[in-house]
Amino acid sequence: MTEPDASSGHGTTRRRLLFGGAAAGLGAAVALTTDRAAAGQAAPVPDTTGINGAVAHLFHGAHQSGIATPVASYASFVALDLNAGINREALRRLMRVLSDDAARLMEGRGALADTEPELATVPAGLTVTFGFGPGFVKRADGPTPAWLAPLPAFGIDDLNEAYSDGDLLLLVSADDQVTVAHAVRMLLKDARSFATLKWRQDGFRRAYGSEVSGTTMRNLFGQVDGTTNPNPGTPTFDKVVWSTDGWMAGGTSLVLRRIRLNLDTWDEVDPTGRSFSVGRDISTGAPLTGSRESDEPDFEATTPAGHTVISPVSHIARSRPVEPHEVIFRRGYNYDVPPSGDGVSESGLLFASYQADPVRQFVPIQRRLDEADLLNTWTTPIGSAVFAIPPGCSAGGYVGETLLA
Amino acid sequence: MFTVPTHARLSAVAVLAAASLAACASSDDATEAGSATNVDVAIVDAWTKATDSGMTATFGEITNEGDEAITLIAATTDASSMVELHETSMDDAGGMSMSEKDGGFTIEAGDTLVLEPGGNHIMLMGVTDPIEAGADVPVTLEFEGGGTVEMDTVAKDYTGANEEYVGDKDHGSMEHSGDAGSDEDHSGNDH
Ligand code: HEM
Ligand SMILES: [Cu+2]
Repeated sequence: MTEPDASSGHGTTRRRLLFGGAAAGLGAAVALTTDRAAAGQAAPVPDTTGINGAVAHLFHGAHQSGIATPVASYASFVALDLNAGINREALRRLMRVLSDDAARLMEGRGALADTEPELATVPAGLTVTFGFGPGFVKRADGPTPAWLAPLPAFGIDDLNEAYSDGDLLLLVSADDQVTVAHAVRMLLKDARSFATLKWRQDGFRRAYGSEVSGTTMRNLFGQVDGTTNPNPGTPTFDKVVWSTDGWMAGGTSLVLRRIRLNLDTWDEVDPTGRSFSVGRDISTGAPLTGSRESDEPDFEATTPAGHTVISPVSHIARSRPVEPHEVIFRRGYNYDVPPSGDGVSESGLLFASYQADPVRQFVPIQRRLDEADLLNTWTTPIGSAVFAIPPGCSAGGYVGETLLA
Repeated sequence: MFTVPTHARLSAVAVLAAASLAACASSDDATEAGSATNVDVAIVDAWTKATDSGMTATFGEITNEGDEAITLIAATTDASSMVELHETSMDDAGGMSMSEKDGGFTIEAGDTLVLEPGGNHIMLMGVTDPIEAGADVPVTLEFEGGGTVEMDTVAKDYTGANEEYVGDKDHGSMEHSGDAGSDEDHSGNDH
């Protein structure tokens, strides 16, 4: 990737366009941006067109949405437990209704029997992704993939059942929280006679328009998080993510880990220590052996004292694949909820990764991190769940039909 | 899945072929729209409120794609022993109540009949087997002149559509229909 506008001089052009084209009407916005302009930075162009609200993704397709689609700013992971007596036939009814709701909502229209269809008119890139826990597949009398089970226990874990497991996952994501709230409620209403809410975990990234889309996210430690990741649309991504196995063909798996970030103790670490723990520069995300985020880390490079520049127990050294198949697609979110107890914050990562087979691809990485990873000093997994994400469906079908039909 | 309009047209035309011929043969000089039996409708968003038993309703949008007005005069379904066409109105106290629509619903050519909670609807009474969320509930629409159209509806959990029923003295509502009593209470035969 080339350097951003500011250093290439394009920032100036853009600023002229903004001031020239938008004229005096911008008022306060112009006043606010003058300082930045004077400092030689690219001035932000306010998006007041509403165009992002109209963005709609397709529900129907070979794969479910919300995995390879562009990542949106807000996500709700919602897990349900099936009621006693819900059998295969009932699951079919449930998934037909939920699929229809999702398809309509993603198009920007109310679900069938939606009591607030007005809230559905701004899809803002809404995606709805369904996942099945082991309990779901069992009720469906289906063959359970060998990997569809809770992860093995790790020494670093301090898991709370309130953030773990579940029979059915609804993953709702959009660039607008009103859209997410409405879609979640609609889906939950239609699941009400089949299942009860087990947990809901809400996550966020930067708001749409706050920075150039495609910018790697920062987690609440301030780290650039997501640099080394397969790119949707590439053969590598397809190989890493999509299953080719039985009713899961075209589907994938989700590992969701709620990882508490202890910001209070992280506060005590200076920038050098922060960079050292990951193996990347805290401010730019560049590997400690490079200067740009996209540079390949050099794990052999040594300091004059003879140590490797990138510590062998840094997070990137430990999470690198050892075997070529140990690759996952990370698509996580931050969380920040009111603290309980003494701390001023309760924050962390909704670590979400997709891979065709989590036992083969995810577990070896997590094992290595469990054995040694400097980041463990400040991080604790407090929730864990694995879901089978079945393939997508075509119009007239429903998600889960490869298991239930 | 339910987003695709019900393809009522083909089945309606098929079902109506005989009736249409008969009507044409005997009505060279008939100009009243009501006498036409060539029902050509498109139906979208058809659903039925799930219920354990008693009263419930079916909703949807029925567009007359033909050249002449048609009139929906009755409906039947295996899900209920007694079906009426209902309209909803506000009573003196500001509450909503519903009653049978005399003469059915006429849909002008190109117009859409919207059946919705709080408005016109197809009333199912005397439901004895539960209508479960997500179930298919086929409803047969009967039009003046003898034409019928199959309407596929899906059952949805819905807590609204609780208008009082004023069909007879034993008032009930869809909400409490489960305990409201037997078929006879809501049979509406006498209004
Ligand atoms: C404990 C909370 C975690 C934090 C704060 C965190 C943060 C980071 C950061 C800052 C990077 C470097 C930039 C990048 O390539 O994205 C990174 C890379 C990575 N992380 Fe994590 N991570 C965490 C947990 C995990 C877990 C649980 C796994 C999987 C078991 C994981 C797997 C990876 C992988 C595969 C990479 C890319 C390594 C490479 O360069 O090849 N991380 N993470
Ligand atoms: Cu009624």
